[in-house]
Amino acid sequence: MSTARDVIFQRIAKAKGASTPEAAHIAYATIERNYQSAPSLDRAPIIHLLEDRLREYDAHVYRVTESNVGEQVKQILAARNIQRVLVPDGLPESWLQGAIFEIDNQQSALGLNDYTAVLTTATLAIAETGTIVLQNAPGQGRRAITLIPDYHLCILRTTQVVETVVEAMRLLEPTKHLPTTFFSGPSATADIEMTRIKGVHGPRFVDVILVTDEIL
Amino acid sequence: MSRVPLDPRTAPSFQTAAKVLLGDAQLRKNVRHATDVIQNKRRRLVEEKHDWQQMRESGRQIRAHALQHLDIYLAEFERNFTAAGGHIHWARDAAEAQRIVIDLVKQTGTSEVIKIKSMTTEEIQLNNALEAAGVHAFETDLAELIIQLGEDQPSHIVVPALHKNRSQVREIFRKKMNLPNLGETPQDLAEAARQFLREKFLRVPVAISGANFLIAETGGVCIVESEGNGRMCLTLPETLISVVGIEKVLPSWQDLEPLIQLLPRSATGERMNPYNSLWTGVHPGDGPTNMHIVLLDNGRTDVLADHEGRQTLQCIRCGACQNACPVYRQTGGHAYGSVYAGPIGAILTPQLMHMEHSQSLPYASSLCGACYEVCPVKINIPEVLIHLRNKVVEQNGWYAPESLAMKAVAQAFLSEKRFRAAQRLGRIAESPLVKKRKQNKLQVLGQEEAQTPGWIGWLPGLLGGWTDTRDLQAMPKETFRDWWEKRNEKGSNRT
Repeated sequence: MSTARDVIFQRIAKAKGASTPEAAHIAYATIERNYQSAPSLDRAPIIHLLEDRLREYDAHVYRVTESNVGEQVKQILAARNIQRVLVPDGLPESWLQGAIFEIDNQQSALGLNDYTAVLTTATLAIAETGTIVLQNAPGQGRRAITLIPDYHLCILRTTQVVETVVEAMRLLEPTKHLPTTFFSGPSATADIEMTRIKGVHGPRFVDVILVTDEIL
Repeated sequence: MSRVPLDPRTAPSFQTAAKVLLGDAQLRKNVRHATDVIQNKRRRLVEEKHDWQQMRESGRQIRAHALQHLDIYLAEFERNFTAAGGHIHWARDAAEAQRIVIDLVKQTGTSEVIKIKSMTTEEIQLNNALEAAGVHAFETDLAELIIQLGEDQPSHIVVPALHKNRSQVREIFRKKMNLPNLGETPQDLAEAARQFLREKFLRVPVAISGANFLIAETGGVCIVESEGNGRMCLTLPETLISVVGIEKVLPSWQDLEPLIQLLPRSATGERMNPYNSLWTGVHPGDGPTNMHIVLLDNGRTDVLADHEGRQTLQCIRCGACQNACPVYRQTGGHAYGSVYAGPIGAILTPQLMHMEHSQSLPYASSLCGACYEVCPVKINIPEVLIHLRNKVVEQNGWYAPESLAMKAVAQAFLSEKRFRAAQRLGRIAESPLVKKRKQNKLQVLGQEEAQTPGWIGWLPGLLGGWTDTRDLQAMPKETFRDWWEKRNEKGSNRT
């Protein structure tokens, strides 16, 4: 008896003729990719663009030097009245100031639901679209920790910011096997009369600290 | 809570359904508002991308290439996804896919599942099948929740509840969530959904999804969404079952470069969706440990076999063609009798149905070409519509009225003599129907009285379809050929 798999492959071969990996490989190389793949702006305007885009999404953006990160974290948490923060493994001690920081210990979803705030770093950010990319890596943790708490404080370096989506995809190439989340602003919906509403299931509040460690 | 799904096999013809829906002024208002908003946002964000046409062309080439070598990329995806700890299942049709999913859910011992919005699971009517097997599916996308609780049907690929306005949504939530004091702002309604679903996300152990893209090279899956309900379903449950059409596979990671930009700008007029999730199989300590993908044919290989129709499978389900379509904007999605409405539905549905059902859909278009213009992967929808009209006529046999008429015309065009005879015959046949109108002018002495060309206001039988809504001009007394020959005989003005 032939399996469903066999039947579907037979149908495909009958529909268009069977292909070979070599033929596919040769044809693949001929695909035109003439879209923009390099930045069009200088570094300083790229960082500005990211800040603008993040603010359009109602995120608050702070720019500090490395030595002031801890102080900035403390101020933001105080202003937001947050006392307890979930963090992944791998963050610098000096950043964790102004609250109780509890390292993710693989608790259940129900356990995560007790936290209102999470602090992480990120893999990179895309200025053009206001996107921050998170991966399962030290300082960023598993996907659920940046999903269930209602508030996300994200710290990234300006050297991690690229202008375009294409640059980002190329930088992510070596880690493309990791669980990866692109987030662009807080969770949102426009399902009711196309009115954009902030915050349905993911975090409703996002703040970003940009650490300037390049000369802009 | 089962509802009657949109089923092309039992749906009335588009024209019949549309006539009824056109009478619903509220529906038309809701659809027009939503499609106007998305179109305006899309237009602005497409204009700001100077490389939009280059991205479209790349998107088209990538999708066409993946289909041309579909067997290779599906096998590669299967290999890599399996190596990454996932399980692949193959489904020839909807019934087989339903069976596979039900068996997988039963193995986990749960009687509840959470779902991410998926047109593919709507296509195979999965919710009803699960319900019949004693499993309740909670839709978690806000629009799908509105549809499910309202016992309604999706009317758009991206915004399935766009035909409902806020007070209609409030009525549904009030009743079904038991919230008598629920407010009417979209914020109130979204908050109600957040409360209603949070407990389910934290508790239900099995999620069911579709997928936007599969990546052969890595065995990866990509899902884009806005609300975070997708991320909840993808990361919290122990088991994730994704039902994906075989055409959704891409060769490599780099193919996302244009597609992940084309999709959000076309679909919702955003620079990027709030959330894109990408993963490859099981990742210990992060997300489901039990991962299944059901690869679905259900008519897709038939579409692949049709050389002209094949491009239909390039579709990345952005819905831009629906928003741009003057027909969809009047009737809304339900008239199409399928979960795939609008121009893409008009070409996809009849092909998935082996051209046995939905034969009226290729005619649900004025062929204006707006759909082709906005398509991010350049599917030439008008070309496919005409191709399918031809197939419908062919399938209905030589005795179908269009077929007979076209054959008669072809015979007439074959010889000059027959063509002239047909013209003479036409003039004689139409003469009792032609009404002449006198021109409101004084007659010049010595000349014949001036008359406007005649008009025909009524034609018998099938031809009446034309004169129901407009008049037909009578054939002129003298054809151009006659006039030209007479003129040459006179020898005047010869060069």
